[in-house]
Amino acid sequence: MCNQSVGLIQRAIEYVGITTVSISLLREITEKIQPPRALFVPYPLGHPLGEPNDRELQTRILHAAFALLPRTDVPVLEDFSP
Amino acid sequence: MARLEDIELVERLFLKGYPFHRYAPRPDDPVAHAMTPLRKPLSACTVAVITTAGLSLPEQPPFDTTNKMGDSSFREFPGDIDPQLLEMNHRSWAFDQTGILRDRNLVMPLDRLREMQQRSEIGALAPHHYSFMGSIIGPSRLIKQSAPEVARRLRDDHVDVALLTPV
Repeated sequence: MCNQSVGLIQRAIEYVGITTVSISLLREITEKIQPPRALFVPYPLGHPLGEPNDRELQTRILHAAFALLPRTDVPVLEDFSP
Repeated sequence: MARLEDIELVERLFLKGYPFHRYAPRPDDPVAHAMTPLRKPLSACTVAVITTAGLSLPEQPPFDTTNKMGDSSFREFPGDIDPQLLEMNHRSWAFDQTGILRDRNLVMPLDRLREMQQRSEIGALAPHHYSFMGSIIGPSRLIKQSAPEVARRLRDDHVDVALLTPV
């Protein structure tokens, strides 16, 4: 349900003129909600930024998510390659 | 990787039967099709984080985990907090909470964003960040009230970029 809520909140934020990107943990649900920009990560639920205390992995996921921000061909749903 | 097949049977059956199509973008809904282009380099952008992990500060009221349709309220955090201070109210049995309890940056990566700011990869962290609760089964109040309210607050804070994380 979290992935649906994220998409619905994301739409509302994008609508007021803020560029948004979200992390997706359940591709099937994000595909249905179609938020503007999402990065699908291959980690368990509860782990959108990968692993606890793994600064390097968390930073790489943030870089990959932020790399989607210039995209205007929405909805964008990209896969993170670890 | 998380797949629907990995979730507990009872939750999976619920998700399979849940009318997600109801919240798919409708052609006549301008919110669902909104697109805001990035207007400046990321290195000049103010960044906010919004999670649905059900986080709250110790002095804030916890989320209501007894509401069967879900608690659609939100909690606002000052931009300069230590994320590890945040408490977790989420009660879903569908995911492993131990990672977040060890490191809140898994959902509220304020320490990582501060490092990015020090490297001039982003401009600034926003003055406020937000948490909603997950497990919102009936999202109409979220759509009509609480999500637009957080969007207004982010706009009033002159936020350029919002990062959203589920659990």
